[in-house]
Amino acid sequence: MKYWENPFGQPKPKTVRGEIHIIPNRCKGCNFCIEYCPNKVLEISGEFNEKGYHPPFIAHPEKCCYCGLCEVICPDFAIFVTEKKESGSAADGKENHLVQEK
Amino acid sequence: MNDISQEMISEDLRHPMEDLLRMDRIPHIWCSGCGLGGCVNAFAAGIRKAGIDYNKVALVSGIGCTGRVAGYVKMDSYHTTHGRAIPFATGLKLANRELTVVVFSGDGDLFAIGGNHLIHAARRNVDINVICVNNFIYGMTGGQNAPTTPLKAYSSTAPYGNYEQPFNLVGLAAASGASFVARWTSLHLRRLTESIAQAACKKGFCFIEIITPCATVFARKNRGGTGLELLKDFGRRTVIDHSADPQKIPLTMDNEIVCGTFVNEDRPTFWENVQAGIHEKVAKNADWEEIQSHGTRRLTKRSTTRW
Amino acid sequence: MERRTILFKKSKLHGEFFMQGDIACAEGAIAAGCRFFGGYPITPASEIAERMAMRLPLLDGVFVQFEDEIASMAAILGASWAGAKSMTATSGPGISLMNENIGLGMMMESPCVIVNVQRGSPSTGLPTLWGQSDMMQARWGSHGDYGVIALCPKSPQELFDLTIKAFNHAEKYRLPVFILTDAIVGHMTEKVVIPPVEELHIVDRKYTSKSPEEYFPYEVGEDLIPEFAKAGDGYRYHSTGLTHDKRGYPDMTVEGQFECVPRLTEKIRKHEDEIIELEERDIDGADVVVVCYGITARTVFPAIEMAKKAGIKVGYLRLITVWPFPEKRIRELSQKVKGFVVPELNLGQMVREVERCAARYATVRLLPHPGGGIHDFQEIFNAIKEVADE
Repeated sequence: MKYWENPFGQPKPKTVRGEIHIIPNRCKGCNFCIEYCPNKVLEISGEFNEKGYHPPFIAHPEKCCYCGLCEVICPDFAIFVTEKKESGSAADGKENHLVQEK
Repeated sequence: MNDISQEMISEDLRHPMEDLLRMDRIPHIWCSGCGLGGCVNAFAAGIRKAGIDYNKVALVSGIGCTGRVAGYVKMDSYHTTHGRAIPFATGLKLANRELTVVVFSGDGDLFAIGGNHLIHAARRNVDINVICVNNFIYGMTGGQNAPTTPLKAYSSTAPYGNYEQPFNLVGLAAASGASFVARWTSLHLRRLTESIAQAACKKGFCFIEIITPCATVFARKNRGGTGLELLKDFGRRTVIDHSADPQKIPLTMDNEIVCGTFVNEDRPTFWENVQAGIHEKVAKNADWEEIQSHGTRRLTKRSTTRW
Repeated sequence: MERRTILFKKSKLHGEFFMQGDIACAEGAIAAGCRFFGGYPITPASEIAERMAMRLPLLDGVFVQFEDEIASMAAILGASWAGAKSMTATSGPGISLMNENIGLGMMMESPCVIVNVQRGSPSTGLPTLWGQSDMMQARWGSHGDYGVIALCPKSPQELFDLTIKAFNHAEKYRLPVFILTDAIVGHMTEKVVIPPVEELHIVDRKYTSKSPEEYFPYEVGEDLIPEFAKAGDGYRYHSTGLTHDKRGYPDMTVEGQFECVPRLTEKIRKHEDEIIELEERDIDGADVVVVCYGITARTVFPAIEMAKKAGIKVGYLRLITVWPFPEKRIRELSQKVKGFVVPELNLGQMVREVERCAARYATVRLLPHPGGGIHDFQEIFNAIKEVADE
C-alpha cells in the first residue's frame, strides 16, 4: 500500500509501550490495577507478599500501552510505569519487573 | 504463576510520587481497597501539574481516615482537631498569603462538626482549597452514621438503616458561595488531577468532593463486598455533566452519581475585599488621627511621633 | 510618599491617654507586634475586637470576625504557624468553647495569646458584670496535662503592659498564654502611658537555623523548648495534635507519651522563676498576708489601712502571674505568718492553691463572692482581725 506521506512523520507507526514496575511488599491486594487496566496486562499472582496479600504479576507485558492508570489508581504506591525505550529496557528479556523497597 | 521473588533490578527506579510522600511512613494505615491512596496520588499529581513550588504548599487536615493524609504528604502539614481544619487553614492563609493552602478532610469532619466553618469560609470566599473525601461514613471510628450516609444505608449507629436525609455536599458548597465546586469519584483520577490543578491555581474558595469507597465499613455493611465492588458500582453509576445544577444532584444508594465541575466563577476573595475597603477609606482622606485615638482622650499635647 | 504608607507609619500610638482597659489591651498587643486577631463578639471583650478591627488593617495586619470562638482559636493557631503573632479575646463562655483548640495549641506548641475578660459565671451568668471565676478553668480547662502561663492585671495600664509580657512569654515558651482580666478592669477608663517602641522589651520566637534535612520540629535542648519553623520556609515538617515524636509524626505508644507529654508541664516548671511575678508590700514581719489578684487587689486597700491603724501587722501579696502559681513563695511565707486571707470574686479557686501550699502551717481564710460586686471592706477587715487574733 502506498502512503501519501509517512503517518506522524515516522517511517513506520510507533506504539508507546510501557514497562511496569511492581513493589510487591507494599501491595495490599485490592485488585484495582488488575480490574482497571485497559489492556488486561495484570493478573493476580498466587504468591504471597510479606503481608500475606497476593500482589499482581505482569501476564502480558507486550500489551502495556503506558496509560499509567495502574500507577495513579494504586492506593499503596506499589506499582508504577516507565516508558519502554525502543532500544530495549534495563531488564531486557525479563518479564517480571520487581523493585526492591528500601 | 510467575515467581515474584526474582532478583531485583535497578534501584534507581522509584515510584514517581516518592518525592512528595513521607517515605519513612509508607506503608500507610489505610485499608486494602480504600480509595484514599488514589486521592493522595491524584492530589500530588495535581500540585505537580499546577507547577506550584512544593515549599509553598501547606496541607491542613482534620481527624479521620482522610485526616491522616497530612501525615503522609511531604509538605508543611498540620493535623488539627476534628472539624477545625478550615479555620486553621484560614488563619494560615491570611497570615501568609503566599502559601497555597489545601484542606484535605473527610465528609464527617467537614460537614458535621465542621459544617459551620465550611459555610462561613465559603461565604467569605477565603482563598483556600478544600478537598472533601466522601466515603459516606465515619470510617476511622468504626463505621458510624455520617451526614452523607444515604437514606436506608446501614452503619453501626443505624443498624436498622439510616433514617436521615443526607447532605448534598456540592449543593451546600455552591449555595454558600464557593467560587469553584466540583465532584469526582476516586475512579476519575485523571480528571481529578486536572480539577485539583485548576483549583490550586484559582483564587477564591475551591471545593472538590471525591467519592471514595470505604472497604472495611461502608462496603462491607452495605454492598456486602469489597472496596473494588463499591468502586465498580460508582463507575457504573457515574455520569459526567458539567452543566448540572449542583443543588439538584443528591446522592442516594442507587441513583446516578453526577460528576463534573459545576461552579467555576471569579469572585473577589476575602482579602481583596479587605484591601478594597481600606484603599477606599484611605483614598477618601480618612481622618487617621480620629481613627487612632477613637475611644481615648489624649492627655498631653504632644503629637504622635513617628516610630 | 504614598498616603497609605504614611498611614502605616503614623498609625502607632505613643503618649499618655485616658483609655479604656480593653482598648489598652488591644494597643498592648499591637505594640508587641500582634498582626492577626480572630475573635467573636462577647460582652465584655467586644471592645478589644472592635479596636483591632479599626487598627490592624492599617498596619497590614489581619482582623477577622469568625463565626464562633472555636473558629477564632483554630485560626489564631494557624496564623501562628504562618509566623504571625496572633491573639483572641473572649469571656468565660468563649473559653469553654475554645478549650479543645487550646489543648491543640498546647500540644502543637503554638505561641498565641488568649484574653479572658471574666464575667459573672457559670453559663450565661452576668454578661455585663464581672467575676473572677475562670481561674481554675485557665489551668485545667482542656483535657490532659499541660503547663499554663496566666497573667492577671489590675488596671488598664497593667493590661497594656501585661499584654506585651504575655506575647513575650508565648513567643519564648511556645504555648498559648492567658490574660485573665475581668469586666471591671476591661471596661474601666484610666490613665495609660504608652512608651515609644524603642523602650519596649519585645521577644520574638526562636526560629531554627538548621537546614531542612537536620531540622526536627520537636527536638529540644536543655531549655525544653523546640525551635520554630514557619510554613512556607521549605522545612516541610508535620505537626499534629496526636502524641508525637521529635519528627512531629504520630507516635501512639507509651514511650511516645512519656516523651511528648510531661515536657509540656516541665518546660514551664523549669522556667518558673523567670515567669512568676508578684507584688509584695509589708511582707516582712507580717502576721497576716492578704493574697489577692486582679480587681480585688485594689478593693482590699481600705481594709488593709484599717487593719494597720488597728495595729495589725498585715502584708499584701498580689499575684501578677496566677499560673504558674508561686508555690515556693507561699510555702516559705506559711512558715513565717499566722495566716493568709484570700478575698476572691469566686467561691474559692485560687484559695485551694494557697491552702495546698500553706499545708496547715498557716491558716487560710477565704472570702468568697459569687461575682457581680466587690467585697465589703469591713468583712475583709474582720477576716484579717480574726486571723491575726488566733
